[in-house]
Amino acid sequence: MIAMTNYLEVRSLSKQFGTFTALGDVSLDVVEGEFVCFLGPSGCGKTTLLRAIAGLDPQTSGTIRQKGRDVSALPPAQRDFGIVFQSYALFPNLTVADNVGYGLVNRRQARGAIAKRVAELLAMVGLPDAGPKYPAQLSGGQQQRVALARALATSPGLLLLDEPLSALDARVRLRLRHEIKALQRTLGVTTIMVTHDQEEALTMADRIVVMNHGAIEQVGTPQEIYRRPATAFVADFVGSMNFLSGTLMAPDRVRVAGVDFTCPAQDGLAPGQKVSLCIRPEDVRVRDLPADSANRVPVEVAELDFVGAFCRATLKARAASDVAVTADFSSNLIRDLGVDIGTRLDIALPPDRVRIFA
Amino acid sequence: MSLTAPAVKPGMSRDDLMMRGGVVLLAGVLLVMLGLPLWALLAKGFEDRDGKFIGLANYVSYFSTPALFQSALNSLHVASITTVIVVPLAFLYAYALTRTVLPMRWLFQGISLIPIFAPSLLPGIALIYLFGTQGFFKALLGDGSIYGIDGIVIAQVFYCFPHATLILTTALATADARLYEAADVLGASKRRVFFTVTLPGAKYGLISAALVVFTLVMTDFGIAKVIGGNFNVLATDVYKKVIGQQDFSMGAVVGMVLLAPAALAFLVDRLVQRKQVALLTARAVPLVPRPKFARDVLFTMFCLLVSAAILTILGMAIWGSLIKYWPYNLSLTLENYDFAKFDSNGWESYWNSVRMALGAAVFGTLLMFTGAWLNEKTRGFGAMRGVVQFLAFLPMAVPGLVLGLGYIFFFNAPNNPLNFLYATMGILVLNTVAHFYTVGHLTATTALKQIDPEFEAVSASLKVPIWKTFVRVTAPICLPAILDIAIYLFVNAMTTVSSVIFLYAPDTKLASVAAVNIEEAGTTAAAAALCVVIVLTSAAVKAAHLVADRFLFARLQVWRRR
Repeated sequence: MIAMTNYLEVRSLSKQFGTFTALGDVSLDVVEGEFVCFLGPSGCGKTTLLRAIAGLDPQTSGTIRQKGRDVSALPPAQRDFGIVFQSYALFPNLTVADNVGYGLVNRRQARGAIAKRVAELLAMVGLPDAGPKYPAQLSGGQQQRVALARALATSPGLLLLDEPLSALDARVRLRLRHEIKALQRTLGVTTIMVTHDQEEALTMADRIVVMNHGAIEQVGTPQEIYRRPATAFVADFVGSMNFLSGTLMAPDRVRVAGVDFTCPAQDGLAPGQKVSLCIRPEDVRVRDLPADSANRVPVEVAELDFVGAFCRATLKARAASDVAVTADFSSNLIRDLGVDIGTRLDIALPPDRVRIFA
Repeated sequence: MSLTAPAVKPGMSRDDLMMRGGVVLLAGVLLVMLGLPLWALLAKGFEDRDGKFIGLANYVSYFSTPALFQSALNSLHVASITTVIVVPLAFLYAYALTRTVLPMRWLFQGISLIPIFAPSLLPGIALIYLFGTQGFFKALLGDGSIYGIDGIVIAQVFYCFPHATLILTTALATADARLYEAADVLGASKRRVFFTVTLPGAKYGLISAALVVFTLVMTDFGIAKVIGGNFNVLATDVYKKVIGQQDFSMGAVVGMVLLAPAALAFLVDRLVQRKQVALLTARAVPLVPRPKFARDVLFTMFCLLVSAAILTILGMAIWGSLIKYWPYNLSLTLENYDFAKFDSNGWESYWNSVRMALGAAVFGTLLMFTGAWLNEKTRGFGAMRGVVQFLAFLPMAVPGLVLGLGYIFFFNAPNNPLNFLYATMGILVLNTVAHFYTVGHLTATTALKQIDPEFEAVSASLKVPIWKTFVRVTAPICLPAILDIAIYLFVNAMTTVSSVIFLYAPDTKLASVAAVNIEEAGTTAAAAALCVVIVLTSAAVKAAHLVADRFLFARLQVWRRR
């Protein structure tokens, strides 16, 4: 990435609350026009990082540059951003139109120009007739759209979304996900969204920043995060993952319960080291195994949980019953192979889908 | 690596500078209103009559004068008895209001509040009419006399009842129906449910009510003044020392002795309240009492009895004020309302009271609400905000008499540039606002804490100055709380005696003070008349508030409707 295109540069950001480290030496670049999600469990520092970028809770040390300008010590009012909170923070005593125009009135624009811009913004978020209503008369999803319109009214260079969809019910959340993403793409506004919902991050983000314990675990596209998690934490937090403890025998061989498995070559780890062999449930293969396929294990079905579109099976190795793997079986597969509890199968863990973590 | 990164010193926006400036200014105002007068009082206790420092000599002489020390014991005695009577009475009344099906609940609630609108000398005067030397029921007392401890305790029970009832009604109203359902399902007896669910739930309310009543009795001046007879208490001692003997140093010492139990009660209350966790979570199901004949009849009778007692005392004061010449000529007249005949200020002292109450309501509400907002919304600046918070809580622990005394010492000092305030309406307003600062500050803070904390963040991101959001959003949303504070200040300014008794000048005399003077001069009927005028005024203002709340707000605040 060329430094010129970086819209936001965060360098060595730390935030202490007394002796508690909320953010420890975090560095990050955000490209202009990008949609970035901060993803992590509660207390991981994602909201702290967002609030530091906004200047609402300034960092203890470190710098933030926005469009080449050092904003590290600037108060929020002197930074360029629009923000939407989980609570919407709509002014309840002002009409929707007054809420959206709140930042415009202060800019001494002509009344007609403001009204026109407000109408335009309300149309943009799909609420063209909501202007004269009060926030309490709108549904949660509608209120969040108004909050979005208000944040975008002054055409900020950076849009910050702090868990904007968490307070909404599941259906509205799904619809708003697409609407926000589409709006962001049309406007091209650089956007950072904080969320603890991995599905939300995976579907909306151009890049995901996975955080844990005040540090960044991994930055990457949704595919990268899902397919090639950089740490055991990311592997575990995003999607489902099997963890099998074993020992690294050679750079590309791991021994689990006496059986050797082939894996992608590991450079950073020394043979003899204890490692976890990881594979996602949907990557476990059952059908059409070639006779000599690698990482082949004879198993027995111990449990079968119906999850709707598929079944999640717990498979115990026939050679070592304390080693278990979960695998996702489609309904077709279960019907075709006649899988039931106690069924004996052969599975394979494709080496290119296997991940090794120390 | 993070060790080498330079620490960031957050820059300040114009908003931050304005807010911090405001907090400093507020701290300064509170220091002048509270801190310095109390300091002046403390210092005065260590001086002799000529202002020379004499260490603890005054305190030594206080504690070695049996008559003075006896007053302290008397105060404790009266306060303890009153507390023991009022708290169970108020608990039963509050229980009836919240946990039983009471016919005309609103009426009983309203009657229980009546004493709040009266100056504390009103029950004293009513008791004189009922049981005094020429009282209606004098014969009932036999050889006993209403003047003294009995009269004080009865009047104090009347005076403290609404305060305890309000606290306990709140404590009992916040109950989770699910707890009672669970107890029912588990087969607990009514008795067991009362002792394991109801009482523990109201525990903090009971402690709070007891401490409030104790402090009220300790620090009240009007009742002991009117009906105390030869039974001296701390509050009357301060008055006698300062007004009677002009012994300011000794007055200061008695004031400090009076401050001790009030401050202690306040501290205990704070410590206890800190332990309290919210019993009523957002998911709680409010308890709605179901009819139960025997219980409801019993409690209705109890409430009727208590209400009758309250109305008798109020009614006696009203009747007494309308009687020509007690007890010889019982024909009715309005002569006693011609105050010019009894006090040189005439009706002017009433209008002074109204002016003072309006001034305190306007200036006090402005200061309390803006102050609470500044202290809540300023970013950083923790130490200074802590100072403000401390000063805002201070008045709760300071009896009015003590604060008034501090005002004399501080504002009357010849080298004080604020000396010009002395003996003006201004000092009365300032003193009243200071005296009742804590409740207003708490009301405002609670209201501010209930609104979304991100409003300021949103307006900063939209580049709207924080004060504009205060005017356009924060203040309008908090309008009900703002009105509550104003009414609270108005009513208390109308009825207060203790804090202003040292501070009025001939042309700024207040109605409550005039009532004390008139009563002292022996014309009880006119004093009663003045008390009645005060009750009617503050009750009318409160009623107007309720009506406004109900009808005006419904129109003004359409946005609250869903």
